[in-house]
Amino acid sequence: MESIILFAPLAGSLVAGFLWKPLGERAAKWISTGLVILACFFSWIIFFGFDGTAYTVEIARWIDSGSMMGDWAIRIDRLTAIMLVVITSVSALVHVYSFGYMAHDENFREGEESYRPRFFSFLSLFTFAMLTLVTADNLVQLFFGWEGVGLASYLLIGFYFRKPSAGAAAMKAFIINRIGDFAFLLGIFALFFLTDSVQFDTIFEQAAELGETQIGFLWTDWNAANLAAFLLFVGAMGKSAQLLLHTWLPDAMEGPTPVSALIHAATMVTAGVFLICRMSPVMEYAPETMGFVTFIGATTAFFAATVGLVQTDIKRVIAYSTCSQLGYMFVAAGVGMYPAAMFHLFTHAFFKALLFLGAGSVITAMHHEQDMMNYGGLRKKLPYTFWAMMIGTLAITGVGIPLTHIGFAGFLSKDAIIESAWAGGGAMAPYAFWMLVIAAAMTSFYSWRLMFLTFWGSPRGDRRRHDHAHESPAVMTVPLAVLAVGAILAGMLWYGPFFGDHDQVAAFFGMPHQGAEAHGQIGSVFFGPENTVLADAHAAPVWVRVSPFVAMAAGLVLAWQMYLRRPDLPGRLARNQAPLYRFLLNKWYFDELYEHAVVRPTMKFGRFLWNRGDRTVIDGTVRGVATAFIPYLARLAGRAQSGYIFHYAFAMVLGIAVLLTWLVLAGGAE
Amino acid sequence: MTATDFSTVLPEFVLALFAILGLVIVAYAGKDRLAPLLTWVTAAVFTLTAFWIGLNGGGTTAGFGGLIVDDAFGRFAKVTVLLSAAAVLIMSEAYMERRGILRFEFPVLIVLAVIGMMIMVSADDLMSLYMGLELQSLSLYIVAALRRDSVKSTEAGLKYFVLGALSSGMLLYGASLSYGFAGTTSFDGIASAVTGEGTPLGLVFGLAFLCAGLAFKVSAAPFHMWTPDVYEGSPTPVTTFFATAPKVAAMALFARLLYGAFPDAVEDWQQVLGILSVASMFLGSIAAVGQPNIKRLMAYSSIAHMGYGLMGLASGTVFGVQAMLIYMAIYVTMNLGTFAFVMSTERDGHPVTDIASLSMLSARDPLRALAMALLLFSLAGVPPMLGFFGKVGVLYAAVEGGLVWLAIAGVIASVVAAYYYIRIVYLMYFGPEIEPLDFDRAPVARTFVLASALVMLLGIFNFFGVDSIAAGAAAALVP
Repeated sequence: MESIILFAPLAGSLVAGFLWKPLGERAAKWISTGLVILACFFSWIIFFGFDGTAYTVEIARWIDSGSMMGDWAIRIDRLTAIMLVVITSVSALVHVYSFGYMAHDENFREGEESYRPRFFSFLSLFTFAMLTLVTADNLVQLFFGWEGVGLASYLLIGFYFRKPSAGAAAMKAFIINRIGDFAFLLGIFALFFLTDSVQFDTIFEQAAELGETQIGFLWTDWNAANLAAFLLFVGAMGKSAQLLLHTWLPDAMEGPTPVSALIHAATMVTAGVFLICRMSPVMEYAPETMGFVTFIGATTAFFAATVGLVQTDIKRVIAYSTCSQLGYMFVAAGVGMYPAAMFHLFTHAFFKALLFLGAGSVITAMHHEQDMMNYGGLRKKLPYTFWAMMIGTLAITGVGIPLTHIGFAGFLSKDAIIESAWAGGGAMAPYAFWMLVIAAAMTSFYSWRLMFLTFWGSPRGDRRRHDHAHESPAVMTVPLAVLAVGAILAGMLWYGPFFGDHDQVAAFFGMPHQGAEAHGQIGSVFFGPENTVLADAHAAPVWVRVSPFVAMAAGLVLAWQMYLRRPDLPGRLARNQAPLYRFLLNKWYFDELYEHAVVRPTMKFGRFLWNRGDRTVIDGTVRGVATAFIPYLARLAGRAQSGYIFHYAFAMVLGIAVLLTWLVLAGGAE
Repeated sequence: MTATDFSTVLPEFVLALFAILGLVIVAYAGKDRLAPLLTWVTAAVFTLTAFWIGLNGGGTTAGFGGLIVDDAFGRFAKVTVLLSAAAVLIMSEAYMERRGILRFEFPVLIVLAVIGMMIMVSADDLMSLYMGLELQSLSLYIVAALRRDSVKSTEAGLKYFVLGALSSGMLLYGASLSYGFAGTTSFDGIASAVTGEGTPLGLVFGLAFLCAGLAFKVSAAPFHMWTPDVYEGSPTPVTTFFATAPKVAAMALFARLLYGAFPDAVEDWQQVLGILSVASMFLGSIAAVGQPNIKRLMAYSSIAHMGYGLMGLASGTVFGVQAMLIYMAIYVTMNLGTFAFVMSTERDGHPVTDIASLSMLSARDPLRALAMALLLFSLAGVPPMLGFFGKVGVLYAAVEGGLVWLAIAGVIASVVAAYYYIRIVYLMYFGPEIEPLDFDRAPVARTFVLASALVMLLGIFNFFGVDSIAAGAAAALVP
């Protein structure tokens, strides 16, 4: 069953990619979709049937070189089980949705080779790579999946390959991820160097020792656990678009919207969070790095939310919201509350995929218009989409009844993170708490702003687009409905296992009971001996527990005031606060900063190496040797081949003379 | 002459008998009319003898008071020589018949040359060495001039003869020096004279002259000058023969002489072989650049390949000899295929050897072009073709024998050589449109091209078991 989950998407990808011509386009699409649905079905069986005891299905020995061992394996534990359902469910729904969304595309002309089987093939390939990532039982297989999803992401962002902007965005995503991957690789090397293994179990057993080991790296000595954890986190920053390495994610919206929903919201970008949770036994012994994780997560949540306030492209708003929500997850992981991180990952997958697919539905209805300033009043024309988006917004902003466990998915998981941040130890926790509360208010503001601009008010922009707007077909609205159910219920149903009392959480994640941690037993996530965040979070005062709700309400009221009641306010505000507005509109000038500080010098250096190093020195040498020196020698040899016997005989005599002289001079003879 | 003596040369004896009987019978019964039949029969006899030698016999037996030795090394070389000679006869029969140059002396001379080679590879004494060498050479001089009405062919024969005589002189001078200093012509005797404190200068000189004589036979630079002219001038089947069987025999004789008579003078001959090897590899690689005639090109190619073979020998190890034997076996297979291809290219019924005439062959005969491309890649040593593994073997042997500089030189030379092999592939696939070649009318040659290309691909899995046989052969030679 585990193998079917893993390989069904690969089979689907290969069939759709290579065999669609003989099979026909429809069959190829259905086969790949059907196989992913099959994987999804089995994943839910595993998720519900899993009893908390981790096990590994070995497929084949991959690497066996000295002390380096690596298997192709499927490791099933609670973390994997959660990721399996998230990945396969969203993937299956996105596959179905794509039937409608990709049916017509003006980026491809009629009559040329069909792009649709290729799209499905890439989607399935991505699903396979993501599954290899989460089912890995060693770092090398995880890295394989890590790169695999990077490749699939590259292919799908650049799917509209005729658009220069799509190609550039794909390259940007790939290159920025390479920076993170470099650190990730160093982290793997460091762990292998320290523990002589890449197997998770072996590394985890030695994690406590790592916390007491010093390692020399870049001139200074480091705490081994801190260094390894830091390097791994930098890798996670790249994949999960955290601050400093986040610039690729908004640009990745160049890809088709289903791709944004699947890869750049629900699954791939959460791989970084998954990595930190997976490596929790090491993380627990790296307090400084954990502080750094908290700091970066909180700052990203705040930063992305501020940028989201002023964007007008519907997909970009949601992209920044994703970036911001990922920050929340990292804060949870950073304060040591891994279950809360996974909880938010789980619920976020539902409501964020829902928002993206809803946005996709709006975009198709509006003939690929993405600017919200040209929307307005679509509530009547797109009733299903409207309600889906409404549920998604209620979920992401965290609507629920304060001090109870009744509310939309985001209400429970986001509040869990904010409470954990308040309870977390370390210098960064208070900072993170306030940042997250402010970000929650802004989340509410920009989400409602999106809703109000799109569905309320009067139609703006091109009249004809509005006249032709109509509800999407059932293949697109049904996935929305399924995700909407998840966005409503996922939080309430699984609050207990993820963030209930300690015993519930421990049982769910297969952790040993309190006090047993010291004996080296490790569940799918690990709490260090000093980690009491869960208990502390439940003991949080009332004002802490209602703070996210208050923030949400504030954001809602403000958005209502500015976009429904006084629609002239935003423009006035933007004029009054022009510098701030421009600062946010230009995303804190990160792209410009990188352009000047990194990209241009690198390009310049690259051009120098290309012109001087490659073309002049290397090509010049090769060309000189190949086009002048060798032919010269060849001509010389040709001239010696005169055809006269006496020349030939002379050469032979000369040869023997040289041989004899050499032998005498070289001292071989005495 | 006891029965034991006789048993060591029984295959040679049978072949000699066959040659004499064949000559007499055909001369009286029908002369050239029977030539095709005689060619086929000879090929069959060669093949049968090869199987007889290969499957029968084991261990090492010496005969004629140490003149001849029958061991695994000799058997390996003999089987290679016999099979390649048989292949040459089979593929050239149709070609020569169509051009009216298939005389009944041709197969007989080939048989005599093969007997000479078989004696060469089993020689354990300077006397038998020279006897085998001369029997082989004299036969080859004649077949080089087989086309008596062609100026080029007779010129080739004459050049080969005069220069061959010079090289024989050098060889004999070396042999007499060795005899003078060792007091014996047997390899064992010479070997025992070398031991002790250092090699006597006279013996070193003798060794150098012997090497020069043999280098002429394997056409190693700077004793290679005859090769391009003779290859170009001789009829293509004769060239094919020159490029295959005698090279194996001479290389084996080289190994026999060095490891049999001078096992303790490795330091001395390693230098000689190193020089010959480097000179051959570079000359063979460089001089062929821009060569318009494929036969001349293949002449240079064989010079370069001999350089690699010598590299294996120069290592002075058992593995080196094994690598050399495998290299030669691969080399012979590749060359048979390539020359079969050359034989099958013609325009308006005339053979063409112009490389430019192969332009865009892929469009008209994709299968043949593909096979030839595989062969050329293999000749260039491009993985995963068999030629690559042959090269890896000798390079590895050289490194193991402490001759890192030689291995590096070999790699550089192979880069240069790759240019002219791949240029032909380029022409076949992307060249300009020209007047097309005739449709392939040589099914036998075509079969050889395809089979040889297939071997280059399939052989990489287990070398068809040749490597373990070669290992046994090398172990028999190097104690």
